[in-house]
Amino acid sequence: MQTTELERIAREIRIRDLQAVFEAGAGHIGGEMSAIDIMAALYFKVLKLWPDQPKHPDRDRFVLSKGHTACALYVTLAKRGFLPEEEISTFLKPHSRLNGHPNCNKVPGVETNTGPLGHGLPVAVGMAKAAKLTGASYHTYVLTGDGEMQEGSNWEAISSAAQFALDNLTLVIDHNRFQQGAALSETNNLAPFRTKLEAFGWEVLEIDGNNMSEVVDALQHRSTGRPCGIVAHTNKGHGISFMQDKVDWHHKVPNAEQYKIAMAELEEAL
Amino acid sequence: MNAVALTPKLHDCRDAFAAVLERLGAENNKVVAVCNDSVGSSKLGGFKSKFPERLVNVGIAEQNMVGVGAGLANGGMLPFVCAASCFLTGRSLEQVKADIAYSNANVKLVGISSGMAYGELGPTHHSIEDFAWMRVLPNLPVIAPCDSIETTAAVEWAAQYDGPVFLRLSRVGVPDLLPVGHKFELGKANLLRDGDAVTLIANGTLTHRMMKAADILAAKGIEARVLNMASVRPIDVEAVIKAATETGAILTAEEHSTFGGLGSAIAEVVVAEAPVSMKILGVPGIFAPTGSAEFLLDEFGMAPAAVAEAATALIARKKTGA
Ligand SMILES: Cc1ncc(C[n+]2csc(CCOP(=O)(O)OP(=O)(O)O)c2C)c(N)n1
Ligand SMILES: [Mg+2]
Repeated sequence: MQTTELERIAREIRIRDLQAVFEAGAGHIGGEMSAIDIMAALYFKVLKLWPDQPKHPDRDRFVLSKGHTACALYVTLAKRGFLPEEEISTFLKPHSRLNGHPNCNKVPGVETNTGPLGHGLPVAVGMAKAAKLTGASYHTYVLTGDGEMQEGSNWEAISSAAQFALDNLTLVIDHNRFQQGAALSETNNLAPFRTKLEAFGWEVLEIDGNNMSEVVDALQHRSTGRPCGIVAHTNKGHGISFMQDKVDWHHKVPNAEQYKIAMAELEEAL
Repeated sequence: MNAVALTPKLHDCRDAFAAVLERLGAENNKVVAVCNDSVGSSKLGGFKSKFPERLVNVGIAEQNMVGVGAGLANGGMLPFVCAASCFLTGRSLEQVKADIAYSNANVKLVGISSGMAYGELGPTHHSIEDFAWMRVLPNLPVIAPCDSIETTAAVEWAAQYDGPVFLRLSRVGVPDLLPVGHKFELGKANLLRDGDAVTLIANGTLTHRMMKAADILAAKGIEARVLNMASVRPIDVEAVIKAATETGAILTAEEHSTFGGLGSAIAEVVVAEAPVSMKILGVPGIFAPTGSAEFLLDEFGMAPAAVAEAATALIARKKTGA
């Protein structure tokens, strides 16, 4: 698939995501917009997968560790044929299987349950280690938030992954520079990530995470003998000008007027 | 005179908590707030602007947060460690056990948005195990206030109590039930309504639902006793025995699993001291479906009418001895 086609898909995902969050009256729009290019590249270009066989043993694994951006994953999975696209309109509704954080027992394509931050990477290390033990050829990808990297569990997993020489594991850090209440730099600044990951023995790529061709190239990169970390420099709220880099938009919901403006901006870009 | 049905004002108890904390912060420069990127959800914005150097935000790192709280107490500070209850208790359980309870550190743990306050966010964010996890730990009082007045009283009490405390707060609006100026007493239930047919016991967001259930029962000529039992540990043994012997049946309701919470704590007393029929309402040992807190409470049989119905069935059981 061409880069321009992937870019179009990413914009369509943004549009559907924005609509879902607006209609549900809740969601985590900022971190969804920053990560959608990465998810679009994974599901429409990079991952080996069979939407009609979500448990196919050879499928590549993707773990959305920043589970609060579940809505973007639901939209992506629906667009890729894992679930009916109409079902997105049930997001957060009573008894919907599409709650605010993904449930692997209910939603096809979800590998493991996330929501509490700092869980996805250790589980991904286990997935990659299992492939090493069984000789399976699948690759494991995990997407974390940059604020999420403050959880100590991640650094325990980073150390394990290097020790196990997991070159079948790629960690993508959505480095949008903001967490829930403030910028990382005003909270508990982990940047730069590169030197920290390298100190643990990882290969590190640093990219513009909202640039589709850079995203695809980095995701397709294979390290040898060690795990690969991608520091994806992104914008929280990417694609919607008034949301960009504004901490409020971590989980604010646009009002009707803001919704119209945001929708117009995304549609114009199509 | 025609009775006017007034809808009581609902309060978010976090506001009462924040107001007391800011007052305590002004009175005592040892008071510190510790949080995990949760300044907004813990309503610490006011505290932060008044005492910026005494707001310790460790970032998204709850185990670290609880350990830091213990160290701050060791250094003579009075820490209030505030985070979503699901993460404060679940993520940091061993820190709470070893660093706080076992070490008997003078740390106030404040679980925010407990129960199913984060209903739509799903079971990872529901904190319906925290009574069970916290109340098995020695040295750690477990308190779930039912309204803003009791929240104010409990925070004031916790500040002057020398030892660890777990306060369980919600963000779901509740009406005020206790009299203004109410003083919190650890291990003491509050009699909100007297009766002899059955005793309804609850805390947190369920107490006002119990009061409404009692109104429904009263309309049918059934007089229910209602106890507010914020203190889950220590439990008010005397009030439970009195309820059992004087009313012969106990119905409990909580925004928690039916396993290991308030109902279980009461049942431990009832079984040992005064066996009578009991019914425990709560989340029946499952991961709850998607929905708001109020929706889920109704879904799990805790709408006032359903509680009244359950109480009626319990009274019938008491009569037949079944
Ligand atoms: C263990 C845990 N603590 C706190 C939270 C609440 N929370 C949800 S999202 C978030 C901020 C995440 O920031 P970041 O990882 O940078 O995500 P992004 O910017 O990509 O949305 C927080 C604190 C949580 N989900 N899990
Ligand atoms: Mg971020």
